[in-house]
Amino acid sequence: MKRLLKMMPSLLRIGFAENIAYRAEMLIWVLATTMPFVMMVMWRSVAEHFDIVGGMGQTLGPLQMTHYFLAVFVVRQVVSAWAAWEMNFEIRQGTLSMRLLKPISPLIGYAVSGLTGLPLRLVVALPVLLVFFFLGGFRPGAEYGLLFLLPLALVGGWLIVLFANMAIGSLAVFSGSSTRIMEAWMAAFFVFSGYLFPLDLFPDWLAWIGDILPFRYQLGFPVQVLTLSLEVGDALILLGKQWLWVAVLGVLTWVLWRRGVRHFEAFGG
Amino acid sequence: MSGILRHLGVSMWRYLKLLGIQLKASLLLSMQYRADFFIDAVISMFWAVTAIAPLWVVYGERVGGQISGWSLGEAMLVVGCFIFLQAVLEGVIQPSLQTVVEHIRKGTLDFVLLKPADAQFLVSTARFQPWKASNFLASGVIFGVAFARLEVWPSLGNLAQGALLLVVATGLLYSLWIWVVSAAFVVVKVNNLTFLLSAILDVGRWPVGVFRGVLRWVFTFVIPTALMTTFPAQALLGVLSWAEFRLVIVCAVVFAIVSRWVWLRSIRYYTSASS
Repeated sequence: MKRLLKMMPSLLRIGFAENIAYRAEMLIWVLATTMPFVMMVMWRSVAEHFDIVGGMGQTLGPLQMTHYFLAVFVVRQVVSAWAAWEMNFEIRQGTLSMRLLKPISPLIGYAVSGLTGLPLRLVVALPVLLVFFFLGGFRPGAEYGLLFLLPLALVGGWLIVLFANMAIGSLAVFSGSSTRIMEAWMAAFFVFSGYLFPLDLFPDWLAWIGDILPFRYQLGFPVQVLTLSLEVGDALILLGKQWLWVAVLGVLTWVLWRRGVRHFEAFGG
Repeated sequence: MSGILRHLGVSMWRYLKLLGIQLKASLLLSMQYRADFFIDAVISMFWAVTAIAPLWVVYGERVGGQISGWSLGEAMLVVGCFIFLQAVLEGVIQPSLQTVVEHIRKGTLDFVLLKPADAQFLVSTARFQPWKASNFLASGVIFGVAFARLEVWPSLGNLAQGALLLVVATGLLYSLWIWVVSAAFVVVKVNNLTFLLSAILDVGRWPVGVFRGVLRWVFTFVIPTALMTTFPAQALLGVLSWAEFRLVIVCAVVFAIVSRWVWLRSIRYYTSASS
């Protein structure tokens, strides 16, 4: 642990330098995550013609929709990881063995390289966050205390994405490629996370399924916290469920990775 | 004159044969992973459901809304077109894109350029995923459900027009793809380009009527997702005017010409960078 802490500064510096070097790729990724803006326009036009009532009895007018999707964009920039694609690539090319030679677990390497992309993404996200606060204004009676939960909710969301990526990435050792499973994860993420529409609008049975699956804890929950659209009690319960998912996926990642590495070494000789 | 025509015929025949060979190679490769067929079939059904899910929400009891003038059945037709194009994207375009990106990154594109056939053709047909054909099935099912809901069946003329426009839409998508590949020449490490392309197509889930003003114009002429999904759906419904039909064809031709030009330019960029 102490050794790891000593290595951390240089690991972070290397990761950050890599991200600067491949900044064009980062820009393309940000462009690919502009879906919330499209959804914002779409839901504004629906909200102008129809009265939409959210789960807490609040009206979701055009302004609230704008507010919601700006928050979605910001949170998506923070809770992102693509370790699964990196792992697939390195396992297929065999370059994973280089990582295994290093004196730290490759899992930490993947986590750090994802984390160091954050500053660049924040450069894009912060202006949007400013617009978000500007549009929202001060709402008397809103639960501003919820914002204290935001850091925990964001870290929890990020860990869910990261662990899911690593668990699925580890599967590539056994099947040669697991990008397809990752694609299926993304498809489910789009629907159940609140990325395409506010979670409040789900029909009851879909909401029930969404509540069990990890996806809403990945994005929807932090967004609800940021837009202050939860009671404090509910927020704490959701936070508990979120960290339960973090724990479950963490253990799953650990188990799959351990088995994967043993399999990989046997395969690579 | 007849000499030119014969020459054209011969080279057409040659490229058809080449296409056959490339297809066969991909098919043989895929036959090794037969189990993938079932995974793909399950995933494509899953995709189809997730593509419909947003409509459930908009038209569902909670919202009870509508997308400017589109009934649920009509909007489902747009989703059907969207899934069709997604099938093209995943089965034909994305696999080739990954091959090119790797070629560019490793510098092995030189070997492709050396071959005595058009490089754009070779690159575009490098890899197919035949198992993704199950996506076409999914889009067929959605078309069926949509028309059953609407309780009208399209006339033969409308059907032909819709099918033709879907083919044209495939052409448009291909042109966009060439632009994306050309971007790969400039930025090199571009795993994310595949995300970008599907993100662009994602806009096509919704009838273009959702957008107004500048955005509508952008999604018609700059990133032509409207032409790709909304217009074929309108053709199937028989509400597409001839002027709009002509507009799609003209746009597709313009996009094709521009993309060929962009390709030739970026090839030159690649050669000068490596040598």
